[in-house]
Amino acid sequence: MAVVFEKPHALADVPLHYCPGCTHGIVHRLVAEVIDELGIEGKTIGVAPVGCSVMAYNYFNCDMIEAAHGRAPAVATGVKRANPEEHIVFTYQGDGDLASIGMAETVHAAARNENITIIFINNAIYGMTGGQMAPTSLPGQVTQTSPYGRDVKACGFPIRVCEMLAELDGPEYLTRVTVNSVKNVNNATKAIKKAFQNQIDGKGFSLVEVLSTCPTNWGMTPQKALEWIDEKMIPYYPLGVYKDRSAEEGTK
Amino acid sequence: MAEKVLMKGNEAIAEAALLAGCRHYFGYPITPQTEIAAYMAKRMPKIGGTFLQAESEIAAINMVYGVASAGYRVMTSSSSPGISLKGEGLSYLAGSDLPALVVNVQRGGPGLGGIQPSQSDYFQATRGAGHGDFHMIVLAPASVQEMAELTVKGFELADTYRMTSMILADGTMGQMMEPVALDLEVKPAPEKPWATNGTKMQRPHNIVNSLSLIPDELEQLNFARYERYRVVEENETMYEEYMMDDAEICIAAFGIAARVSKNAINEARRQGIKVGMIRPITLWPFPKAVFRRAADHVKTFISVELSMGQMIEDVRLATECKAPVLLCNRVGGMILSPEQVLEAIQNAAKNGGAN
Repeated sequence: MAVVFEKPHALADVPLHYCPGCTHGIVHRLVAEVIDELGIEGKTIGVAPVGCSVMAYNYFNCDMIEAAHGRAPAVATGVKRANPEEHIVFTYQGDGDLASIGMAETVHAAARNENITIIFINNAIYGMTGGQMAPTSLPGQVTQTSPYGRDVKACGFPIRVCEMLAELDGPEYLTRVTVNSVKNVNNATKAIKKAFQNQIDGKGFSLVEVLSTCPTNWGMTPQKALEWIDEKMIPYYPLGVYKDRSAEEGTK
Repeated sequence: MAEKVLMKGNEAIAEAALLAGCRHYFGYPITPQTEIAAYMAKRMPKIGGTFLQAESEIAAINMVYGVASAGYRVMTSSSSPGISLKGEGLSYLAGSDLPALVVNVQRGGPGLGGIQPSQSDYFQATRGAGHGDFHMIVLAPASVQEMAELTVKGFELADTYRMTSMILADGTMGQMMEPVALDLEVKPAPEKPWATNGTKMQRPHNIVNSLSLIPDELEQLNFARYERYRVVEENETMYEEYMMDDAEICIAAFGIAARVSKNAINEARRQGIKVGMIRPITLWPFPKAVFRRAADHVKTFISVELSMGQMIEDVRLATECKAPVLLCNRVGGMILSPEQVLEAIQNAAKNGGAN
């Protein structure tokens, strides 16, 4: 019988612990597909965050490190600098990890144009701890710690990571994608592949922000959660490329 | 006899680290240890190594975590307030059983404190550098020569036992200059089959991790780690005994406090007082057995420290209350004079050694 669909080799053959309808599984698969396609599994080292994807170290067949909360870009810096010619290093981080507790590590890795790849899952909520307000929670969004809706007067505004980092001279590639439709999944794959290819080519810091769902903590069906990305998230977090230095320099 | 060079303690640490094969240094500026970073900034690029000034102490220790995960010798250095920031990383290094060298050139505290020498991070280094059950191997140099030797030793012990070694120095040790012989013997780093340096598609993936959600398993991990610690205590405890054969008064001191105490002991001996010293070189593991043995003939112990009395607790535990343990101290960046220690010895002697 002809095989028409296979699990990527870089994705471990174990059940994932993610909730039904969560898009972590899709993004894991895309990362694994890209690792396969580029033939880099044997030299790739992934860094898992603290948050829902804390156990990502079990889900990829490449070497994996579990970092302290928010510190993945610093850990990745160490791994990369340990052997810059051989190691391909990526971090996989959520919004609390990357944009709250680990903001300093994120900004400075970008400023250094550290030659690493960051997959940034933005689902506007802290999932693992049960649905608290994230640095990316939308104005008015109801969470466990913003039960009357995020009041921007009291707790400030959401952080748009790609736009903020684009102000720096350092980073090579900053892009925001999502995975709520086939078309968007295809775009996300291309972005992730480019983010890894940039590292292979020595171009530097590449970050792919993926607008993701959390049906469980958003209190929605998986289908409704996918729609919520279109209706609520994309208007606040527009998709697109925020920086692509090599391409920009090439057109000058 | 090897040629000696005149070096600052901080520089001796940096040069010894290079001799030990360390090619990765991450740090953040803080007095009184910044010479280590400056030395590394100059040397590392010339020998194909990495010097990186991190955005914070927290980032620096996590960069160390990354290099250690990949299986290379790596270090960071700081001073007291910076070490507090590294506490999280030290706990993760222990939880993931990663080898690394961390230098603390102590200054007075708490808080921002001062920039002058202190030994008041003893508790932090030996008891609670971070959350959870763990130890670091804590090495206390008392000369610039030992700053160099214990740095090499620190890397070796870290690799052997998959632990963090900490050099617990102080501002004096870091800043003072002495002749150093740098013909140090260095054992090559052992194989690290656990390292995350790429599978090369030739082995199952390695995972460096400190998360363990199943209590039974986490308990077993802790038991196994402490079994390893027990071996360290058995094999790696280091100390120096000075004039202890007939001593009725025993000074306990490390680092700069031991240097000052030696002068006081020499003067007291000239005055006919039977006093000696046990100088722990490893603060963890603490040389319990030698103190316990000494307690059979010593009438009074005096713990000489640049703290409000931290090591004194280990001396009391080790001597099992068989003799009184007095404190002779200065804090806040003040350093003991030999006269102050001599006076403490004379007072103890006046009271028949037994106070």
